[in-house]
Amino acid sequence: MIEIKDLHKSYKMGSNSLHVLKGINFSVEEGELVAIMGSSGSGKSTLLNILGMLDVLDEGSYTLDGVPIKDLNETKAAQYRNKFLGFVFQSFNLINYKSAMENVALPLYYQKVGRKERQEKALKYLEQVGLREWADHLPSELSGGQKQRVAIARAMAAEPKVLLADEPTGALDSTTSYEVMDLIQKINDAGNTILIVTHEPDIADMCKRIVHLKDGVIVEDKKITQVRASQYV
Amino acid sequence: MFNKDRWKEILEVLTSNWFRTLLTAFGVFWGILILIVLLAAGKGLENGIRSNFGDIATNTMFMWTQGTSMAYKGLPKGRRFTFKLEDVAAIRQKVPELRFVSPRNQLGGFNGANNVVRGIKTGAFNVYGDYPDIINQDPMGITSGRFINELDIGEKRKVAVIGEGVRASLYDVGEEVLGTYIKIQGVNFMVIGTYKKNSNDGNGEEVQKEIFIPFTSFSQAFNQGNNVGWMAITANDNSSITQLKEEIFTVVRENQKIHPQDLRAIGHFDLFEEFNKVLGLFKAMRWIAYFVGILVLLSGVIGVSNIMLIVVKERTKEIGIRRALGENPWSIQLQIIMESIFLTMISGMAGISFGALVIYLINYFLENNGPVEMFLNPSVGLGVVLTALNILVVSGLLAGFIPAQSAIKVRPIEALRTE
Repeated sequence: MIEIKDLHKSYKMGSNSLHVLKGINFSVEEGELVAIMGSSGSGKSTLLNILGMLDVLDEGSYTLDGVPIKDLNETKAAQYRNKFLGFVFQSFNLINYKSAMENVALPLYYQKVGRKERQEKALKYLEQVGLREWADHLPSELSGGQKQRVAIARAMAAEPKVLLADEPTGALDSTTSYEVMDLIQKINDAGNTILIVTHEPDIADMCKRIVHLKDGVIVEDKKITQVRASQYV
Repeated sequence: MFNKDRWKEILEVLTSNWFRTLLTAFGVFWGILILIVLLAAGKGLENGIRSNFGDIATNTMFMWTQGTSMAYKGLPKGRRFTFKLEDVAAIRQKVPELRFVSPRNQLGGFNGANNVVRGIKTGAFNVYGDYPDIINQDPMGITSGRFINELDIGEKRKVAVIGEGVRASLYDVGEEVLGTYIKIQGVNFMVIGTYKKNSNDGNGEEVQKEIFIPFTSFSQAFNQGNNVGWMAITANDNSSITQLKEEIFTVVRENQKIHPQDLRAIGHFDLFEEFNKVLGLFKAMRWIAYFVGILVLLSGVIGVSNIMLIVVKERTKEIGIRRALGENPWSIQLQIIMESIFLTMISGMAGISFGALVIYLINYFLENNGPVEMFLNPSVGLGVVLTALNILVVSGLLAGFIPAQSAIKVRPIEALRTE
């Protein structure tokens, strides 16, 4: 599903440049649930941003579902993001003047799905995350866990190939974190490919595979036995 | 472009900070209001002045003799001469583009001695010898009886058409006028009609105190032979008297043996030229109105642009999210530009409506308090309103353009990092 070869990325900081990713080779199969771990500054967010086409790579190649991702202009990148990827952010990033349902329907709107169908789908995904009754509420009326669940529903609504989550539980307490992880595991069980950036070991343990990043290179890549989050909920 | 969600979003954004939106809108509102009111005021002035010209045929010039200033063909300089009826015939024949060539003779004038007597009443009036055509060049309303006709001219009838002012001086109130006789310099004329001229400038009183008699009768009664005092000449509607007048002068110079370069011999007043000067003034006034109005509007538009920049700045993160979700940059630009156009259009239309209200109120007061000199029925046409709307769309577009550019300039990843 994801194929990365010899990926390099550096940032210019004034006169000196900061080499963040120093040759990453990495691939993800369909249906995997991968945790990317590392201390801050290890390059894990940069990697996720490149995977999410929010940032461009300097060297190497990136293939997503057989499509080489290179030389993207903004319009093309927007199209690919919409078609291939779903994002879940640490700070939820819901649009605060739109209701939960409208937020979930947003990616469908960009796909030019009709109004009626959009609403039906949005309600369906809200139902999946257990927030059907909250469809008409604004994000400010929801708790942190609920917001993140809306964000997950939004990421799923476009039926992406890969779900990218950047510290999805970073702003949540542990109980809520486990609820969110439980939801993510269920989505994964349904066959979706998910990548999670986290620095919390207990969250990483709930994935099926852990990739450790340190100073811009992969130091460890292992498959693990998944800990089900449902037992903590 | 015109889907419901787009509009919903525009309204959501603009109503999220009412006070700011209103203040911004006020700039555009004020600009368009000033544009409309200035144009209406200019139109009011134009209407007022046009109504002063009344129905006078404006494509007209008046021509009189002044004495030669150059010797020619053995004739001395400083020679006095008079137009003759032959000159009139020659002009008619050689300059076919003319509509009316009216020879005129005149008795009396301002502060003249009493020249008209009826019974024990006397008065000093302008007496004109005229052809029937003159009523088309110097329009008057016939209030009773009739005007001079061709039979009067042919038979040299001693008949007179008198102004309402003359009637007031020579007749008692309610007295029958038609068929009575007045004595003009000792010659009796029968009154066959009365007139009232439509004039609201300074000499409104004076123009009602005129007496018109047939040209031929005038010549005979007052020993003018075939002399012509002066002429009123009107060109056809599709030619201009200002262009034709040199041709006319040439004809007269030839007839009267005047040196072709003698510019002083024939005096004239070109009403058309004067009228066009006034029209030019109105044109200039319209330009000034547009200029001032658009400049004021421009400051409003800059205000809109400024606020849109702030809105974009405030929404940087939201724009980042939307781009991460796959909204195409063009759609974001379109959104910003439409917000800007919508804001300018709404405030502009409010300005136009309010301007219309102001114009209505001015008209209302003018109507109630009677006419004001040189100002009549200020108004703006549909064309002006459409122009104003076009200006609004263009300015909204311009106002939204820079903010829209800045909205997509920030890369989504940076936009997402903004707090």
